[in-house]
Amino acid sequence: MKINAGKGPLDPFPADRSWEGNHVKKTILMMGAALGLAMAAGVTVLKADPIDAKLEIDGKPMVTRTKAPEGHPFDEVMSGWLFREPETRSLEEDPFENPGMLSVEEGEQIWNTVEGTAGKSCATCHGDASESMKGISAHYPKWDAEAKRPINIELQINKCRKDKMGAEPYAFDKGGQKPLTAYIKNQSLGEPVSIDLSQGDMQAWWDKGKEEYYTRTGQLDLSCASCHEVNMGKMIRADHLSQGQVNGFPTYRLKSGLTSVHNRFRGCIRDTRAEMPKAFSDELMALEVYVTWRGTGLSVETPAVRQ
Amino acid sequence: MAKSKPRVKVPKSASAGEVITIKTLISHEMESGQRKDKEGKPIPRQIINKFTCEFNGQPVFSCDLDPAVSANPYFEFNAKVNESGTFKFTWVDDDGSVYETENEITVK
Repeated sequence: MKINAGKGPLDPFPADRSWEGNHVKKTILMMGAALGLAMAAGVTVLKADPIDAKLEIDGKPMVTRTKAPEGHPFDEVMSGWLFREPETRSLEEDPFENPGMLSVEEGEQIWNTVEGTAGKSCATCHGDASESMKGISAHYPKWDAEAKRPINIELQINKCRKDKMGAEPYAFDKGGQKPLTAYIKNQSLGEPVSIDLSQGDMQAWWDKGKEEYYTRTGQLDLSCASCHEVNMGKMIRADHLSQGQVNGFPTYRLKSGLTSVHNRFRGCIRDTRAEMPKAFSDELMALEVYVTWRGTGLSVETPAVRQ
Repeated sequence: MAKSKPRVKVPKSASAGEVITIKTLISHEMESGQRKDKEGKPIPRQIINKFTCEFNGQPVFSCDLDPAVSANPYFEFNAKVNESGTFKFTWVDDDGSVYETENEITVK
């Protein structure tokens, strides 16, 4: 920084201090005014409530607030969209400006691309995704009776690639996994999230996920609930803590681009300075089942835009 | 990177003399020519070097692009429309490819 070395109010050490008295008085007056403003704004300054606005994407209304399901710790479940800055929120409102839509378009190309020894693409069996995949992903994770564990969209894609297409399953976050998942989930845009816990052992996995959610881990000794339940709505430094909903994943994050839900889980766990479970491991699948349930009733917003 | 695909957003209708906002985006790598590959060989430059927008054959907006422009160039600009017609958008690639798209607007 260049320091103004001349005489006058900007000079840090002026020889002539005759202006000072007036300046100090003014400063005190200004401070008083600022304090008054802060007091008038009251609670919002300290707590930063989620905004009260409606989200429409391409004229389609999204559910961003809804009554929580029975047994939920909150009365109302809220989309992370309500917690973000106006600029970030407007990016999601317009699919044209939503940078995540580029990945969705890439996903559409992958959907129509033949791969593997069977000479098939996704479209060979499933046809037009806008019809065959409409509303589907709002009900994932589902119970996979063969594998005897829950299955999400990423693993469902891999299952199809291996069993039906004769192609290599995608490694975590590699190849077309993220864009294809975003494309499939985007077909359910607006559909309320609801998962069926009565299938197979889903309830047991839900219980396991719940236990993980409330278990403190890492050197910082934090559980998911420490931030996303107990301190939801408060500021953690410059970040406005949301309920940690997953209805918009894969999400376009301003800092890292398209981000998968297991990547996000791992990031959160890393930030508690705990050891991160592997993507699609039993721990994270159970957590996905439980956290998805916590967002029951919210619209699928994939690809949501978050910070 | 996926194949370049232009996207354009133009209102379907407008009133005569209205100033409308046009948004355009093309997915493109915009390889600057400054980067090197794993073997240390320079990656040849390949960018969109020109963008134009015409309305019924009349120029509306055009610009040249340089290697410093980021991937997926996005343009937003305004135009006054007095009559119904067609907006024609053109992107010119270094490799000679030309990407074109057209949008019609009805003036009531």
